[in-house]
Amino acid sequence: MIETDKLTRCYGNLTAVDALSIRVEPGQVLGLLGPNGAGKSTAMRMIAGFLVPTSGSARVCGYDAMREPLKAKRALGYLPEGAPSYGEMTVREFLQFIVRIRGLRGEAGYRRMDAVVQQLQLDEVLGLGIDTLSKGLRRRVGLAQAILHDPPVLMLDEPTDGLDPNQKHAVRQLIDMMARDRTILISTHLLEEVHALCNRVVIIARGKLLADATPAELEARSRYHGAVSFSAPGSGMSQEMLGRLPQVAGVEIDPLDGRITVFPKPGARILEPVERLLREQGLEVSEIQLERGRLDEVFRQITSGDDASRGVAA
Amino acid sequence: MSPVGAVMRRELGSYFVTPVAYVFLVIFLVLAGILTFYVGDFYERGQADLQPFFVMHPWLYLILVPAITMRMWAEEAKGGTLELLLTLPLTLWQAMLGKFLAAWLFIGLALGLTFPIWITVNYLGAPDNGVILAGYLGSWLMAGNFIAIGACLSALTRSQVVAFILTALVCVLLILAGQPQVLDFFQGALPRRLINAVAHLSMLRHFEAISRGVLDLRDLLYFVLSTLGWLIAGVLLLDLKRTR
Repeated sequence: MIETDKLTRCYGNLTAVDALSIRVEPGQVLGLLGPNGAGKSTAMRMIAGFLVPTSGSARVCGYDAMREPLKAKRALGYLPEGAPSYGEMTVREFLQFIVRIRGLRGEAGYRRMDAVVQQLQLDEVLGLGIDTLSKGLRRRVGLAQAILHDPPVLMLDEPTDGLDPNQKHAVRQLIDMMARDRTILISTHLLEEVHALCNRVVIIARGKLLADATPAELEARSRYHGAVSFSAPGSGMSQEMLGRLPQVAGVEIDPLDGRITVFPKPGARILEPVERLLREQGLEVSEIQLERGRLDEVFRQITSGDDASRGVAA
Repeated sequence: MSPVGAVMRRELGSYFVTPVAYVFLVIFLVLAGILTFYVGDFYERGQADLQPFFVMHPWLYLILVPAITMRMWAEEAKGGTLELLLTLPLTLWQAMLGKFLAAWLFIGLALGLTFPIWITVNYLGAPDNGVILAGYLGSWLMAGNFIAIGACLSALTRSQVVAFILTALVCVLLILAGQPQVLDFFQGALPRRLINAVAHLSMLRHFEAISRGVLDLRDLLYFVLSTLGWLIAGVLLLDLKRTR
């Protein structure tokens, strides 16, 4: 479990994290979402016990990160931003160093290391210097380091940053696999990641908590939530007719590909009426899609709303 | 293995992965030899002891120890591994101690490899080996003191160059503190008591006493306490960095 209580961190006049209170329970994968410089990494560094909070506190499995740092750190697997590791060491030496410093002894230590190496498919690069590895491999070494002691709480700062789609997929599978009965906190600015991994999202900007919801709840806030979109070449006339449907709030046409999006009035379901109308008009529609809502739009709306309230141009 | 041991092993390993350790050992041994035989007039003195050898050590350490310690924390801060290290379950003290011990053992190895000089002097005459042993002990203690200074100042900055220069500067001040030239300089400006205090800070004075074979508790304490003091200062600096 991770708990923060009014966690605050100032750098001079700048408040990087502003009274952040969150609580992540076992079984949850919480995505900490925010624009660059929102305070995600600073918050994680305080939870990990690397930075001292200006005020407030953070606890890992009930252990205060400042008062009982060793117990908190033993319960935590942490991948810092950029997955730093000792470049001059080989992967094997590095992981053995972590095994020793984590106090995993003898046979158990070796078995655990083997298992992690298998999981992250590092067997072929064990003897190579970390400096010579690709970015994706280095990230995997960082992940291996974080999960080596099989921690109940896992905190990953941008775990898939800079990976190619295949590597991202592999990392997400791994996190998915570990998600059961663990507490996982992931920071990211990739919205696709939230869909792929998280069952809860916290959005922060300028250090403040702005939203705390499930991905579906967030999507429901989008104006695209429940909208229907389709492509129908030469359907200029249908736009007007769609607009006249009682459940429809508006119709937009993408100027680039001519795709039509029909927005519902709040709470209305419009897929059926729209389909019926199209059939009545005898329009050929290649495919029709019911939108779940667009996270990027909600994200922009939430995070730039904060700017507006402070009188800063977005 | 304890966290201290793990850190120490990692640090020692990192010396030997790159050529740094080997280059250091070669330079140390070559310089120690040259300085002893040419500058120190080892043969011309006609005495069977290692005074000319030990006299050069402070100056050797002045250049070589900062070269070892400059990367100790500065590199970790710059490369981001500091965050990794300090979020592992170990205290700042354990990390500092592990790093210090690694460097100290390494210098110990370099000192040990000067044994041919000891063999030479035993071949040529009948030196007092007790005095020589004391000399080695004093030299190693002094090296530890230099390393502690370097460890502390490396924690101060992200730049290895800055760490090197600061360490060399502090070390040269501590070496020279007891020299007549320096004391004369303060003669008019400072009260006698303070000048005496400055003179007692001098590393040379304590080292020379030990290397003459006089094992005075005060000289030993000087090195032990000074080393501990610098290490504590380093830990406090690192801790302070986490709040800023």
